[in-house]
Amino acid sequence: MSLELGVFCKSTLDGEVVDHCFSSLFGLGQNADPSYLDWLMKAWGWTLAVAGLGLTIALIVGAVMGTLRTLPDTGRGSRTLVRLATAWVELFRNIPVLVQVFLWYHVIPAFIVPLKLLPSYWLVSIALGFYTSARIAEQVRAGIQSLPSGQRAAATALGLTTAQTYRYILLPMALRIVIPPLTSESMNAIKNSSVAFAVSVPELTLFAMQAQEETSRGVEIYLAVTVLYALSAFGVNRVMTLIEKRSRIPGFISPSNAGLAH
Amino acid sequence: MKMKQISQVLAVTALISISGVAVAASATMDKIKSSGAVTMGVRESSIPMSYTTGDSRFDGYHVEVCRMILNDIKDKLGMSTLRINYQPVTSQNRVPLIQNGTVDIECGTTTNNANRAKDVGFANTLYVEEVRIAVKANSGINSISQLAGKKVATTTGTTSVQLLRKHEKANGVNFDEVFGKDHADSFLLLESGRADAFVMDGSILAGNIANAKNPKDFKIVGEVLSTEPIAIMVPKNDPEFKAEVNAAIAKIVANGRMPALWDKWFLKPIPPKNAVVGLELSPATKNAWANLNDKPAEDYVQKK
Repeated sequence: MSLELGVFCKSTLDGEVVDHCFSSLFGLGQNADPSYLDWLMKAWGWTLAVAGLGLTIALIVGAVMGTLRTLPDTGRGSRTLVRLATAWVELFRNIPVLVQVFLWYHVIPAFIVPLKLLPSYWLVSIALGFYTSARIAEQVRAGIQSLPSGQRAAATALGLTTAQTYRYILLPMALRIVIPPLTSESMNAIKNSSVAFAVSVPELTLFAMQAQEETSRGVEIYLAVTVLYALSAFGVNRVMTLIEKRSRIPGFISPSNAGLAH
Repeated sequence: MKMKQISQVLAVTALISISGVAVAASATMDKIKSSGAVTMGVRESSIPMSYTTGDSRFDGYHVEVCRMILNDIKDKLGMSTLRINYQPVTSQNRVPLIQNGTVDIECGTTTNNANRAKDVGFANTLYVEEVRIAVKANSGINSISQLAGKKVATTTGTTSVQLLRKHEKANGVNFDEVFGKDHADSFLLLESGRADAFVMDGSILAGNIANAKNPKDFKIVGEVLSTEPIAIMVPKNDPEFKAEVNAAIAKIVANGRMPALWDKWFLKPIPPKNAVVGLELSPATKNAWANLNDKPAEDYVQKK
């Protein structure tokens, strides 16, 4: 089995080798017709765009929903909010992500017509974001509930409102605790973004399926796509590790061998 | 390795002496003879060429042709029975499965092109596919030139995607391409109005329209965008087997059985849903029957 990496320098139109294979990546040259490498890079961009928007939605919605699920029972209003957040989590984590993508693309726009005008990039990002948000919500809830109950009691004793308790006492600690699982979740967002191929977003998986058919060089194409997925996920991992280190409060979370864990 | 070769040679000589028939040295024929079985590669859902009718049964235009061919080969080998094992294949694994010998003969919807011919052999073409455009009947679209700026659906992992790209480049038009993950998905894009046209092989378009809720809402229009020979695939390194297959094909054609086969699969109700594909016999396919050949798709382009 020999690898024929030259396939990436071929034109996507006629299969001939292009003039600027690598230089076009850095804007030094312009190919008359895009090469498979150009296309691969564009596809990578789409993957990162879907994952990025999806993750942004997921982090915001997930943090809110996770927080709501831990609200103290102070009356009907808070009970409604807790139930709403619980329903949200159960709804979005009990449906496979690919099915959710199809729901957002085919089913929901049939009832809410304006959604049809939204590009599939947005719809799939929303689907991915909501799916991931359910998982992030559970992690945030776990983080908040792992705090000693004395924290909340002390905040109440100081006269802080519920909002202030969360803002100044609970969330700053809970969110630091859940950074490791959030790292996994962020990396999952990169990998799960591959479902976007099913609704016509030209990302890496779609590129792999199409390009291997056109070039008959499946091994090379899938290898390249695998490397880019791994690279993207690892990049997210590094960023999250950096955040974890920067936000660490000395003496708060046990620092034993923390450096080795990464 | 050497031991294996020797034992194979021994087995072959033994077989020839037993049967007393002078069989050319074909690895595939020997395997069929010695095991009493043959593995046919089939597709799951390439209606009406090759598809499952449920319960692991497979049928279709190419599958039936292949059964005739294998029956012929069975008679030639002087066997009383030949067991046919059906192995479903996909676009991704069909070539490797033929190469490694898992599948002896693939009867699906494989385009015979020069690129693949490096890895596998192709029998003489019995079906010529024409890439066409399906639109909604009330859309008023009649030609590819009317598709500029419109949304055009096609299926990921097919040659039609590249075809559209080439057409865009050659004519300076711009389509808004949308990709379905399979043919049913692409057709759904057309049905739900997310795409104005679906560009794909004529038989696939006809099959999808036949299975639609309301087949009258759709029609196949416009010029033929590309012509591709769809052929039965056989192992590359076994010209004797390919010759036997071609001989059987020639016999079927000479007996005048092709028009009836076409009628059965393309114009009459077919199992399992008793839908009608409704694709008329094209001049290109008729021509392929009249002049049996295994020319690759590249030769069809030059002819235009």
